[in-house]
Amino acid sequence: MEPGFRLLVIDLGASSASTQVVPPSYVEHYLGGVGLVVRLLWDYCPPGADPLGPDNPLVFATGAMAGTLVPTSSKHAVAAKSPLTGFVGDSLSGGPWSLAFRRTGYSAIVVQGMAPTPTYVFIDDDTVHFRPATHLWGRGSYETEQLIRKELGDSAVRVSSIGPAGENKVRYACIGNDGTRQAGRTGLGAVMGSKRLKAIAVRGTRAVQVANHDRLVQVSIDLLKRGQGPATEKYRILGTVGNVLSLNRLGALPTNNFQRSTFPGAEAVSGEYLYQRYFRNTSACPACPIACQHNYRVTEGEYQGTRAQLDYESLFALGPLNGIASLPPILRAAQLCDELGLDTISTGVALAWAAECYQRGVLDEVDRGALHPAFGDYEALLRMLPRIATRSGLGDLLAEGVKRASASVGQGSEHWAMHAKGLELPGYEPRTLKTLALGLATGTRGGCHNRSAAYDVDMSGTVDRFRGEVGRGPLAAETEDLAATLDSLILCKFIRRCFDDLYAESARLFSLTTGLNSDAKELRRAGQRVVNLKKAFNIREGWTHQDDTLPPRLFSDPLPDGVGQGVSLGREELELMIADYYQARGWTAQGLIPEKKLRELGMGDIAAQLREVHDGHRRHNL
Amino acid sequence: MAIAAITCNPALCTGCQVCEFACALAKAKSFDLEIARIRTARPEPDQAVSIACRLCPSPPCVASCPRDALSQDPAKGIILLNKARCSGCGWCIEACEFGAIAMDPSTKSVVICDLCPDLPKPRCLELCPQQALSLSSPAQTAGRNRDRAARRELASP
Repeated sequence: MEPGFRLLVIDLGASSASTQVVPPSYVEHYLGGVGLVVRLLWDYCPPGADPLGPDNPLVFATGAMAGTLVPTSSKHAVAAKSPLTGFVGDSLSGGPWSLAFRRTGYSAIVVQGMAPTPTYVFIDDDTVHFRPATHLWGRGSYETEQLIRKELGDSAVRVSSIGPAGENKVRYACIGNDGTRQAGRTGLGAVMGSKRLKAIAVRGTRAVQVANHDRLVQVSIDLLKRGQGPATEKYRILGTVGNVLSLNRLGALPTNNFQRSTFPGAEAVSGEYLYQRYFRNTSACPACPIACQHNYRVTEGEYQGTRAQLDYESLFALGPLNGIASLPPILRAAQLCDELGLDTISTGVALAWAAECYQRGVLDEVDRGALHPAFGDYEALLRMLPRIATRSGLGDLLAEGVKRASASVGQGSEHWAMHAKGLELPGYEPRTLKTLALGLATGTRGGCHNRSAAYDVDMSGTVDRFRGEVGRGPLAAETEDLAATLDSLILCKFIRRCFDDLYAESARLFSLTTGLNSDAKELRRAGQRVVNLKKAFNIREGWTHQDDTLPPRLFSDPLPDGVGQGVSLGREELELMIADYYQARGWTAQGLIPEKKLRELGMGDIAAQLREVHDGHRRHNL
Repeated sequence: MAIAAITCNPALCTGCQVCEFACALAKAKSFDLEIARIRTARPEPDQAVSIACRLCPSPPCVASCPRDALSQDPAKGIILLNKARCSGCGWCIEACEFGAIAMDPSTKSVVICDLCPDLPKPRCLELCPQQALSLSSPAQTAGRNRDRAARRELASP
């Protein structure tokens, strides 16, 4: 491998680029992927930066193993200060872009500043071109990709781009690549749009070098074989959409904006029915034996011609959460979201919030054609999507995300604004999955199932999932550490069950690739470092204990039906778990990180900078 | 034995590029996908297919070479390269309608699938996680397609 990770620093204001080397300690400490993008964000984002201003950097990085045969390693992470939460925003995407980018010889990009006019960047191995994108502005993500490939005359060029949603700074716009892959959450597409950066095109032709080639290949081939076995069956056959019926049975399928946790139309939108009726084929990220991306086509009826990929989260958000029990319009909505560059989860939650506002008579303004979201009205939902992306009419309000939208509408609509720290909640009912509730409340990027897989604890059958209690803190922290480790290595979570000893075996993969010493213990520490670093970033940006909470609905509205009937989330119950979690992390009762803890993790530099910011605040306040 | 080329079933291909990795490993013990003799094309985000030399019975690449560097093995149908004659002009690359010929920048000559003669079967076939690749003669491919067509026909009311 090249000496260290090469970092490309792009200044859009000056149309200039420079190559730097990522300090080796960053790779040792934070591995790559999410760990690395957040570490670079810490360096390049000045405290208090406006998320949609020129100072907020947009950071991309692959993991150390990208470009090799290590299964599921070719993914990339993106980070910026989130325009949705004001805290750390980080997201992962997969697909051929990650591989092509790694093969340019770079492992990371920091994009700074703002272009004077719409621009796209083309990284052609070592050479960086700044090209006008005025003709691409307003176009959908995939259309943009195709036009750029045509313009550059090479189908090997891979493109990561924003759609109209990112251009219009919809606070939950995503960054899409290869047509269907999205760095979906926390509004990173809006950051890209604020920089007038339409796309990053890459052409990489270099071979990635690793420390121990032969051993790495051997282990990779073994893992490829394991990845075709029972450990990945869930993701290979039905895909995550199989969750619809199981979560419905568990009383954990958020329906009608979390008004209930079972959906009468669940059968009609089940993964099983989807497979039987609309399944076409699957697609994989590079070097992945699982191929989790399920592609569907609608070949008849009103939505004939629809081609979309769908996973559980998109299905829940555009379906049950909005009371929609018909698959063709859900598939059409998913396709539209990909084209427009909208995060399906946040979009679905925003529309469900609006539907409830109308249901309760809180909102009465309607869009052209007397259009307003209503539960079960899929035509309204479909017609609202472009309005959100272009911020027209009611779409402008919804483009702000439910936290801001409910604050501006008021009239109690905060009660059903389903977010944590401003990030809209994913498709799991926190009242019947209490460990998950803890994970959602404390997560550094807000309400997210990917950075804290605490629902795994609830589903394990070893705890009472209807009750939050002491002991969940360490369990939630453990799932969070594991996610941080995998997201930084990068290895996909879907391959996690293919390992006998996940930490030890993935440490070996990391060592064989980088030549750095690593073992299970060191890798666990790296995961903890990443979680602490993200928390430190949030503290730097003004986080307080009050931010670790969940929407009022979950506390005061008991579930009306299903196995969770009558269950709500107690404020004390959540506080108890949060205190337990802080303790498990070695944080103070107020959730702050003691300097000692950071030093213990070898993060003395972060501790010192955090103190500086604190002292600055204090001086300022005096 | 009939001439059999590496054939990809697009219904099974996920675009994972493991075949490209397998080829680069077999031919260069590296992750240099630029010299892979099999390449994955992705005409649509939800469609992929891997393509290697078709072993055409009247190969345009051989006909196009101005230096007679290419010839066809009469038994196996693979395209043989006389490296000393190849100037790297790339005319064969232009002639190949399948994009199955690549330029190796390090040797400045072209590379084409040789079906891994030293291995029990081509490495890409061995590693494809979806069993999307097979060695098929035109007759075998036609037979498979006939079976499929018959199944469709019989299944329809």
